[in-house]
Amino acid sequence: MFAFLENPKFRGGIHAEEHKAETCDKPIATNLPLPKKLYIPVQQHVGKPAEPIVKVGEHVLKGQLLAYSQGTISAPVHAPSSGVILDVQDFPAPHPSALPIRTIVIETDGEEKWFKYAIPEKPFELDPEEICLRVGGAGVVGLGGAVFPSAVKLNLGRKNQIHTLLINAGECEPYLTCDDLLMQERAVEIVGGIRLMLRGMNAPKAIVGIEDNKPKAFKAMQAASTEFQQISVVQVPTRYPMGWDRQMLRYLTGNEIPADGRATDIGVVIHNVATTYAVYQAVCLSKPLISRVVTVSGGAVSKPQNVEVPIGTLMSEVLAFCGVENEKLARLIMGGPMMGEVLPHADVPVVKASSGILALSHEDIFEPEVKPCIRCSSCVTACPVGLLPLEMASRIKANKLDAAVDLGLKDCISCGSCSYVCPSNIPLVHYFKFASGELFSRQQREHKAEQTKRLAENRTQRMERIKAEAEEDARRVMEARAARQAAEAKAQEENA
Amino acid sequence: MYVFSAIIILTLLGLALGLSLGIAAKYLKVESDPLIERVEALMPGSQCGQCGFPGCRPAAEAVVSGAAPVTLCPPGGSALVEQLAKLLGVDVDLSQTEDAEPMVARVSEDTCTGCTRCFKVCPTDAIVGAPKQIHAVVADACIGCKKCVAVCPTECLQMHPIDVTLRDWRWHKPQLAAA
Repeated sequence: MFAFLENPKFRGGIHAEEHKAETCDKPIATNLPLPKKLYIPVQQHVGKPAEPIVKVGEHVLKGQLLAYSQGTISAPVHAPSSGVILDVQDFPAPHPSALPIRTIVIETDGEEKWFKYAIPEKPFELDPEEICLRVGGAGVVGLGGAVFPSAVKLNLGRKNQIHTLLINAGECEPYLTCDDLLMQERAVEIVGGIRLMLRGMNAPKAIVGIEDNKPKAFKAMQAASTEFQQISVVQVPTRYPMGWDRQMLRYLTGNEIPADGRATDIGVVIHNVATTYAVYQAVCLSKPLISRVVTVSGGAVSKPQNVEVPIGTLMSEVLAFCGVENEKLARLIMGGPMMGEVLPHADVPVVKASSGILALSHEDIFEPEVKPCIRCSSCVTACPVGLLPLEMASRIKANKLDAAVDLGLKDCISCGSCSYVCPSNIPLVHYFKFASGELFSRQQREHKAEQTKRLAENRTQRMERIKAEAEEDARRVMEARAARQAAEAKAQEENA
Repeated sequence: MYVFSAIIILTLLGLALGLSLGIAAKYLKVESDPLIERVEALMPGSQCGQCGFPGCRPAAEAVVSGAAPVTLCPPGGSALVEQLAKLLGVDVDLSQTEDAEPMVARVSEDTCTGCTRCFKVCPTDAIVGAPKQIHAVVADACIGCKKCVAVCPTECLQMHPIDVTLRDWRWHKPQLAAA
């Protein structure tokens, strides 16, 4: 009712309990004991999986290339520590299904000996192309959760003449503080990464958007960026999903990305703040992306904190380090509680996308009774995209997926705001995820149907050809026989 | 001599009849219902016969005439039902249609004798093999029509559900709320 009083610069959204206080004042723990074994999936990014180039039994050094990127949208993976390649096998992926994914297993030797890469003397004077190449070669991907290869985005930005680089430091998900801590402790490196990105894209200015619930991070970033005119650090209100790139862009610039378009269409490229740190490491120190800061929190964790974890460490080891009480553990989530993925067990590796590991206790979660929709339209108010979640869900319930698509299902970002506010506890996002998956399967089936039709037609044609050929053969045999008989008859006639 | 004249006459006769048939097919063509054509175009076209009709065209005719429901085609699934219902203006309660779990045939290598019967009946050439060699099913091309299962003399062909991989894993539909 009071929607008109709200800030017109952002739409919808919710304010959930933050749960950030448990972890936001503790320093990043860098003393996680090195695991005996590391499990590195070859696909930790959007696009084609990387192709392994190491052999079983080979000794690798820390930072050495394990699998190279295939195709234009892909990213390589590197060894998070030195050791021996034990196996290249199928291992459960950090995914709600925990289905297997191709994984390189390293037995660490504890020496942590680095692979020698040449470190550039003047990294801030490198050619833009060189910066992109180094970022791509280091396997840097978007660390906000979307894991899109960063070099592809930088190249796209350079080709599209962008005017603004937007650094997303919203971190609007409850519990997560990994970006917050990174900014508090490593602001200088982050600013260095932003300068490199600006150079890599030939962009004139950058804006860093930080939610106003992170005053320390804001101060640190401001202090680090004072001498660089082209970087401005601004605070944005705390309201989930502020960290949705389109919401932040709308708030900071007033521009809206077209529904089917990308940010580059309006001259903006958006990167996550943790990605800028990885870019700094990749270009200035020639260190590939082999570790990341992970928030470990939740009611079942006795020492909630942010930990710098080598990629490939089993989540169970990270949880043990932070003192998880297994009897209290009710639900395990990778990422934040709003958009993260529920994991069936903790024996899956930490990957580039793992911003948080949440071990929630029974008190943290509640399994509500689902009641019928009362059409209160709370979800419509909460939807940051401006969709009609209740209408879409009722269509999907009746399996009318095309009708749901007409209502804008494909624009849904599954942020969970609608499910959060629903007084009837309807799992709205679950419906949308189901429908999106089903539509994708349908597309695959249509593709298969076309293929089937082609195969069946080919077969029919072949069968007809074979039949025609057989008839032709039979006719020829008949003719030959007839000719032979005629010749015999003629010979008899002559003889007679 | 008679023989040659007989051959010539028969050949000429065949050509003349063929020509007249060809002309007749072109000018005396029976106009078919365009709706049947459109329904047939939607159908999988593999002539698998799972609907009980000998092929996709007879099935399309039956659907258009109303002799068969729009839900007749198992390989088409609910997507086809939705399309058919829209095209024919029929009301279907889609919430009750549940897609059968897709199955593909698989050869058990212990019992395959390489008799070649299965790949002769496969409508999509999804089975590869040679006489006295173990055959194999190309799962991507198999449409699950079970024709090969029916002809296999050693019962080594069995239907199996398709293995779910990380790429094809999907969220299931939420349980309906108690109304």
